[in-house]
Amino acid sequence: MTPTGYFLDHLWLIPLFPLATAALMLFFGKRLPNAGVSVLCVGSVGLSFIYAAGAVIQLLAAEPDHRVAQQIMFEWLTPGPMLMTGGHTIRSVADWGFLLDPLSCVMVLVVTGVGFLIHVYSVGYMAHEGGYYRFFGYMNLFMFNMLTLVLANNMLLMFVGWEGVGLCSYLLIGFYFLKKSASDAGKKAFIVNRIGDAGFILGILLTAVTLGTIRFTSQGLPDAAGASGILQALKAAVDAHALAYGAPVLTGIALLLFVGAAGKSAQIPLYVWLPDAMEGPTPVSALIHAATMVTAGVYMVVRMNAVYQLAPFALDVVAVIGAITSIFAASMALVQNDIKKVLAYSTISQLGYMFLALGVGAFAAGIFHLMTHAFFKALLFLGAGSVIHAMSGEQDIRKMGGLDKKIKYTYYTMAVATLAIAGIFPFAGFFSKDEILGRAYDRFFFMWIVGFITAGLTAFYMFRLLFLTFFGYCRADEHVEKHIHESPWPMTVPLMILAGFSIIGGWIGWPEAIGGENRFEKFLDPILKGVLPETGEVNIAHHALAKEIVLMLASVGIAVAGITLAYQLYCAKKFAPELIAKKWPKLYQLLLHKYYVDEIYDAVIVERTKDLGTLLGRFDANVIDGVGVNGAGWLARFVSTLSMWWDKWIIDGLLNFSAKLMQLFSYPVRLLQTGMFSSYAMLILIGLVVLLAYYGHHVQVLLRSVR
Amino acid sequence: MLPIGHYLFLSLALFIIGVIGVVTRRNVIVVLMSIELILNAVNINLVAFSRLYGDVAGQVFALFIIADAAAEAAVGLGIIIAFFRNRETVLADEMDLLKW
Repeated sequence: MTPTGYFLDHLWLIPLFPLATAALMLFFGKRLPNAGVSVLCVGSVGLSFIYAAGAVIQLLAAEPDHRVAQQIMFEWLTPGPMLMTGGHTIRSVADWGFLLDPLSCVMVLVVTGVGFLIHVYSVGYMAHEGGYYRFFGYMNLFMFNMLTLVLANNMLLMFVGWEGVGLCSYLLIGFYFLKKSASDAGKKAFIVNRIGDAGFILGILLTAVTLGTIRFTSQGLPDAAGASGILQALKAAVDAHALAYGAPVLTGIALLLFVGAAGKSAQIPLYVWLPDAMEGPTPVSALIHAATMVTAGVYMVVRMNAVYQLAPFALDVVAVIGAITSIFAASMALVQNDIKKVLAYSTISQLGYMFLALGVGAFAAGIFHLMTHAFFKALLFLGAGSVIHAMSGEQDIRKMGGLDKKIKYTYYTMAVATLAIAGIFPFAGFFSKDEILGRAYDRFFFMWIVGFITAGLTAFYMFRLLFLTFFGYCRADEHVEKHIHESPWPMTVPLMILAGFSIIGGWIGWPEAIGGENRFEKFLDPILKGVLPETGEVNIAHHALAKEIVLMLASVGIAVAGITLAYQLYCAKKFAPELIAKKWPKLYQLLLHKYYVDEIYDAVIVERTKDLGTLLGRFDANVIDGVGVNGAGWLARFVSTLSMWWDKWIIDGLLNFSAKLMQLFSYPVRLLQTGMFSSYAMLILIGLVVLLAYYGHHVQVLLRSVR
Repeated sequence: MLPIGHYLFLSLALFIIGVIGVVTRRNVIVVLMSIELILNAVNINLVAFSRLYGDVAGQVFALFIIADAAAEAAVGLGIIIAFFRNRETVLADEMDLLKW
């Protein structure tokens, strides 16, 4: 039974609402008052949320295996048939179509829900900023692109959304474009993402060539048999023994797509743009660089899970990169002093966690962590924004402290988020993180060790942030301190709602080991079956109960240990952190300078690229301009000089020569022309005499005849 | 009546004097006067033959030539005066503007 209903028939409206208001902002935004901008832009995202929620509810009415709604608006790109090396032809059509299945359900609710709350928050946060309409226009454009990405039914449309969110990210990071660091950060984000996008588009092409389609699935389409999807094509190829488990071409696709995911989701080695992206306004960091856009890579890998399940080597790469990124970023977060930078490294670390989950085959756990992370990381960023707001723009946590009494709501909500990210029971982060660690333990013990240490580091640096910001005495100067105030309700209400989700958001994945049903994983199960029964999701119901509880206790234990250490260092002041920094100055400097990765990239890649540019510039100036352009010019001049000489001496020369010749011959005649009439008279006379002498007898004859 | 040879001789003498005058004299006025001599040599010829043949057409011709000579003298002298005003000379060898 295919699910139907009003909202499912109008999936296309979900991305369209924000697009419409984004267009309105572009054309009329400048003339609208701020209140109008707020109502339109926040309202459109709210409408999207309502339509998304309605669609999800209507989808849930169907049986688990039939929870797929697909809607093709029109055929968007229709390439001609391609002749494959195998001899058969394929036509991989790209539709403008939308797909709602359990995976996109989760994403669309997170994107519209968290997005809506952040939009409401922005009304308060951006109230006194210039370019209010521009900000909301970009934000709505972002929502459109993100929803297109999430709801796309084929890879190419997904890529459109993918690029669109990248563009909006660039625009919003550089929102304060008069600030050099902001516009530089925007450019950096854009350029680093281009590297990943190149991988993604190559992956799309390889998929199209290998499988002959780029549509994710044909399920839910009226002509399901005629229109093939990646899932169906993969199944057919495996059944026909054309592709096998671990086939190199599938590994190639998976790795290329992962390059794209690593760029968008800030994984090693392409993570460097995300910390700099904090130059943007804080709601942007919350929406784009924590909750939604950066998780697009995770979503994409899960979307293509059928391919990944057949490519074990690619999965191992994903797991290793994810694990390294998570511990690497967490270690950098330990010593950062900018409140948003700590959160940025934390985001990279948590994204690494998600990829670790995907790499060990726990796709559902990865998406689960994506969702809970969206709640508590958005909350952390919004809370940080509220703190910055209260501190008149101060971002350095060394200059904060003692804010718990002054901005109560922000303090409580941020404390909830911090507990959630640290993985304390029963906050949301506990369930998702524990799920990932449990699955990692089953797959690779080493991965579990890395994740376990990272959990401890996460708890430590997050509580360091919390203690430095809210505890102790205020280290800000008097002027700032006097000005500290709680944010207005549009900012605090979203904080409270997100805090609620940060507590209960994990409960839908309550594991079976402690009496739950893990409904989240069961919900996602239909799309994670893969094409080979034995490579599908390993059923975790067979876990030894005791082992799982031990693992949970261990992860909570290391979180508590991290919290305790942070308390001792930054709150109780049992040891001064400065002493530790002095004891291992090299290690401290290494962490403080983020392993010098930016410097290394600058030296190895950026400067070399510039050198190449300079070299090419010189080539241009010397070879192209010098030999090519100037050489051609010189040649033309040379030839025209030759031709001028020919003209001057040969053509004109001949003419002049004939004239000179005439002059020479006429010279004797000229002498007769004396100008004196007496000489002319003389000549006339001589002529007359000559004539008469010659014709004398004729005259005589003439005269005689007259007579 | 004198035979025609005398008249022709006189006419020839006047003509030669006139031609020599036109060719050799420097003064343009004298040149004009020499031209008058030539014309009158012609007149003598015409009148002499008119008398010889008893045909008055020759005398009529002579009268025309006299009128013509008068007109020619008027125009010639006018040119000379105009020339003199420009160049302050009436000498023929200084009138060499017509050369190349």
